[in-house]
Order: sequence, then C-alpha cells, then structure tokens
Amino acid sequence: MKTKDKEFSDLVKQKYQHGFVTDIEQELVPPGLDEDVVKLISKKKNEPEFLTNWRLKSYRHWLTMKEPTWAHVRYTPIDYQSISYFAAPKNLDDAPKSLDEVDPKLLETYDKLGIPLHERAKLAGVAVDAVFDSVSVATTFKKKLSEAGVIFCSFSEAVQNHPELIEKYLGSVVPPRDNFFSALNSAVFSDGSFVYVPKGVRCPMELSTYFRINAANTGQFERTLIIADEASHVSYLEGCTAPMRDENQLHAAVVELVALEDAEIKYSTVQNWYPGDENGIGGIYNFVTKRGDCRGANSKISWTQVETGSAITWKYPSCVLRGENSIGEFYSVAVANNFQQADTGTKMTHIGANTRSTIISKGISAGKAENSYRGLVRVMPTARGARNYTQCDSLLIGDQCGAHTFPAVESRNRSAKIEHEATTSKISEDQLFYCRQRGISEEDTVNMIVNGFCREVFKELPMEFAVEAQALLNVSLEGAVG
Amino acid sequence: MATEKLLQIEDLHVRVDDRMILNGLTLNVKAGELHAIMGPNGSGKSTLAQVLAGRDNYEITDGSVQYQGINLLDLEPEERARKGLFLGFQYPVEIPGVNNAYLLKAALNAQRSANGDSEIDAFEFMKLIKDKIELMQISTEFLNRSVNEGFSGGEKKRNEILQMLVLKPQLSVLDETDSGLDVDALKVVATGINSLRDPQRATILITHYERLLELVVPDHVHVLHEGRIIKSGDQRLARTLDEQGYDWVKSEAKTL
Repeated sequence: MKTKDKEFSDLVKQKYQHGFVTDIEQELVPPGLDEDVVKLISKKKNEPEFLTNWRLKSYRHWLTMKEPTWAHVRYTPIDYQSISYFAAPKNLDDAPKSLDEVDPKLLETYDKLGIPLHERAKLAGVAVDAVFDSVSVATTFKKKLSEAGVIFCSFSEAVQNHPELIEKYLGSVVPPRDNFFSALNSAVFSDGSFVYVPKGVRCPMELSTYFRINAANTGQFERTLIIADEASHVSYLEGCTAPMRDENQLHAAVVELVALEDAEIKYSTVQNWYPGDENGIGGIYNFVTKRGDCRGANSKISWTQVETGSAITWKYPSCVLRGENSIGEFYSVAVANNFQQADTGTKMTHIGANTRSTIISKGISAGKAENSYRGLVRVMPTARGARNYTQCDSLLIGDQCGAHTFPAVESRNRSAKIEHEATTSKISEDQLFYCRQRGISEEDTVNMIVNGFCREVFKELPMEFAVEAQALLNVSLEGAVG
Repeated sequence: MATEKLLQIEDLHVRVDDRMILNGLTLNVKAGELHAIMGPNGSGKSTLAQVLAGRDNYEITDGSVQYQGINLLDLEPEERARKGLFLGFQYPVEIPGVNNAYLLKAALNAQRSANGDSEIDAFEFMKLIKDKIELMQISTEFLNRSVNEGFSGGEKKRNEILQMLVLKPQLSVLDETDSGLDVDALKVVATGINSLRDPQRATILITHYERLLELVVPDHVHVLHEGRIIKSGDQRLARTLDEQGYDWVKSEAKTL
C-alpha cells in the first residue's frame, strides 16, 4: 500500500504531458430528441454505419414503448424532450473555481471518507487544470494491460479501434428492446467503458473506471461492455465512494457482461450519487440495466453492489446462466435514508444444466426511505439440476421507513432446487441502550450493527473497496437515529 | 477515597407510564462497599438499576442522584458508562452480526478515549482479556460469536461479568445476575464479582435469592418494598429473609 501511494503521488506531481484528450466540438444541441439528434450524436462520434442504424432502430422502438410504472418508487414524470442528449462540453464558467467555492458540506463528507486532497477538487467538479493527473496514471496502467493483451478503453475508442467486437457483442446481452430505458440508452448513449480479456488471460489488476481516460462527463447515458473470452478472468470496479456532483438528474446506463467458456467476471459497484437534500430535492434518478451472460460452460459472473446514493435507484443486475455448470452471484447492500427510494434486486435465469445462483441481498432503510428487493429466479425446462439460494435481509432504523420484498420464482424443471430465506429486523431501543451502557455512542452503535449486518456482502468486495464501503455506509446513515 | 460517598441517592421518586415505581428511595454507597438490594417482585429493584444507567421512559419526579460528586441524572447513558458506571443486565440483549469481542473492545476503547488514554489494538486486547476469559470459563470461540446470540442463560450472564471485568467499573449495578444460573455457573459469576472487589470500587447487587450472598458476602443488605427501602441490615438479614420470606418485614414496616 505504501509503495502504491508513493507511486501515486509521484505520478501526480509529474508535469502534465498529454494535454486534454477530450476534444468535443463546441456545438450545442438544443434539448429534445428526434431522429436527427440520434444521427447527429452518431456522426459527432464518427461511428460506423451499423452503429448509426442500430441507434436509429433503438430510437424507433423506444417511441413505441411506455415508461414502466411497476417499480415501488414515486417521482415526478420525466420530460424527455427537455433533456439535452449530446453532452456539451462542461461550462467552465459555472463550475466552482476552487475548493473554497465548493459546498462545505460536500467537503466535510470527503473529509470523513478520507478522500485524498488532490482528488477532492476533481470530484467536486472544480474547473482547474488537471488537479489529479489521471491521464498519466492511466497510461502507466494501460501499458501493463496491453502487455497482457487486455483491451480497456472508453467505449468511443473501442468503436473506432475494435468495431468488430462492438458489432458482435453490443446489445447481445441487453437488447435495445429489453426495456424503456435500455432502448433510450441504445439510441443516445454517450460513452462508457469497454473491456476485452483474451483467451486464457487473467487480468493483472482490478480494472477501475476511476483510471479511465475521458471519465469526466460521460453523461447520463453510459454504456459498458465487458467481454471475458474463454478461460479468462477479470475484476471490474465501478463507481466511487465520494458523492459525485452532477447536473443530470436522469441516469440510464446499460452494462453488458459476456463470459465465455470457463471465464469469470467479477463486477463490483460502489455507488454514491447525490441522493438529494433532507427533503429529497434534487437527487439523481438512477435507472440502470445491468446484465451478465454466462454464455460458455463453467463460466461465472458475480455482481457485488453497495448502493447508498441516488434519490431513486431502480436496478437489477442480472445473470443469464446459459452455459452448463455456469454460476451467477448477486451480493447487494442497498441503503436508503431520508426520502430515498431504492427498488433493486436481481434476476437469475437458469438455462443450462446444473447452473447455480446465489443471491444475498441486504437492505437498510432509515428516515422516511423506502427500500425494496425485487428478485426473479427463473428455471427453464433445459436447466436440469439447477440450484438457487436466496437470502434477503432487511434492517430498519427508526419507525418511519419501509422495507419490501418481492421475490418471484418460476421453475419449469422438476429437478431444480430453490431456497429462499428472508428476515426483517430492526435496530431496537434495547440494543441501542445496551451498547450505550457500555460507553459506545448511539452513532457508533448503529454503525457497528449495520456493518455486522452487511458483512457477508462486504467480504465479496476487493479489500480497499470494502474499507471504503464501510466508511461510506457510516456517513450515509449519519443522524439516522435520534 | 475509601470513605467517600460514591453514590448518593436522595428521596428518589420515579414514575413509569403514570405509575409511581420508586417512592422516596434513599441509599448511600461508599467506595469499597457491596450493597445487596432484595425485595419481592415489583418492588422497584430493576427500575432502580435502569434509572441509574439512564434508560429513557423513566420519569424522575423528585429526588436526586449524585455520583462521584456530580449530578448523575444530567448525564447520557454512554457518559455514565465512561465514568465507570456499569449495569449488568437482567436480560442481556442479542445483537446479531456484531462480534462479541468487537463490542467489548469498542466499549473499552470508548472508555479509554474518554479518559484520554490511547485506544488499544486487537493484539493488546487479546492479551488483556486472556486471564479474564479463563476466570469466567469462556472459550475464545465464544468471543467470535455475535453478541449474546444463541447464548444460554448462563453464558449471557457470564458474558456480562466478563464485560465488567474488562471495563473495571467504579460502580457495578448487577441486576439479577444470579437468576437462572445453576450452582456451578453461580460460583463462576461469584468469583468474577469478588475478583473486582477493592477499596476503590463498589457494587450494588440486585437479587431475589440469598444463595449468591453466601458466595459474595455483602456489607449491607436492603429490603426494597413499594419503591422504598423498608429495612437494612447485614448478611444475617438476607439469611432471615431466605428462611422467613418478606411478609414479616412488610408488616413490620406497616406498623412503623
């Protein structure tokens, strides 16, 4: 860790060498969406024809769809014609000039999370010269990755440099028609990440969006595609524990994972979008479609997520277990405080024989928040010997919040074994008093109980991420009691 | 120090949900002393323990409590704990997911920080509790379980005493720590309590039964009835109560 820090700070101190890579023309596309806007986005990004057509088809299909209303969330209707679909370059005049101009509350949070000083300005959206030289850091990592043959780049770069992979895999896991938001995303997606791990390669490091070039301002319609070729292995970290400032209220990302034979993908998310103020005003709507396809035999996909942010979270990282003996896992901690609403869970679709899935979901509700788990375990007739284990626990803090579980099981194979366990518990007055009588403050008691509650999920996260996630949870639940 | 009054309860009146539970309780405890409080069910014994520890929902309508020369009733429960007031719970609560050793270490460190001492790490902590868990006949495996979860009645009570030994309180209030214990467990608990008796510390033992008082010999025995102390004495009083019950004390109190 020490040497890593050193390496880091050395890199940060280096002179800026590469100039800004983001070179988007200063043309403003007026808000609204029609075929011309879709074509314009594609043209601006210099995309091959197949992609332009794919976007247009998605758009046309989106027009025929209705926004879903089945989730256990409430929000004012989104006016899709008032959104600007082409990310204009960030207006530097509006951004804070230095940390002095940043909301002190945000800075206080960074402090509690132990975010290094040089990263804070970037996170707070301060418009200064590269405070944190992510470009050179990323370059160092990229060299190591390319030696291993791993492709890790922005989605736009992948479109230019590896169109054959994009054409082959894009939309193969989450088709544009899948749902309202995936159709919208397919039409107008801005950028995102692309990963390809070749046959037999074990990716030499955890891949993190944090080190991605062009990470800033990829906007509200992000697209991620990760392909693990036969017998390869990759661990991908998404997100950041620090609260992110963002002017875009609606986020509708699509993440697609493809694991071929004997391959393994581990996808970890720690998400902390702005949840809105104590009254729930101004928070982000996070409507994400995430799905992994265990396409080959003996492949494995694990989703681990710690969700503390957003005004509304609506996401169900899922696995399609197509290959024989393939494994799908879902580990989730979702925290909702104040007026937050979270409707999250997973779908496990068993197609191949002897496929196995595990679902561990931990929902924490505090304040006036509503937290829902929604899960579907579907066993197809072909999936003989399929097994699923689901454990769904809810923890309530206070008496004005809600926890809901909507588990569904559809089994069409008699040899399938499906187990479901669910608990709901509450941090009781007795527990609080007991710990306070031992000299531990109310806040520390809540943290202790919450961290104990989440341990099973935290242990699935990469070590450093787990430590951050724990700190994040503590901050998220501050003032939840009393 | 030894003769100083550690705890002074004066004319304490406490109400719970429109019902008066304590009706003018007065009790003085000096450092070095062990007081046993006995009394029939519903006499207010547990209320006294809860009020001393700072539990909500107990309304103090009259009287005062001084602890270490300050007004105890002004302090939050955790502040009282950090000042060395320990309550051994009658029904220790289960806290799933929280490691027993972790809670104990957090409690010790909360106390140490309050006293301006540095926090101790896991290694030092294990060293510190080694002989204490032996004394309480607790296995290390037991430390790694969730707090009180799935513990037997005896294990819960031994765990309370272990916490007491680690925190070394100046005033321990043990609420029916002996209830539900078999003879062997009772001996272990008694050994624990006795090991912490010294001129600096005091103990209030709340109990139904005399049998613990044969193993932990009290300096004073008080009988609590209808929210006040109606008789005080020494160990002989406890024995008499054991033989004859409470009725004679009650009628004696009435005729006064």
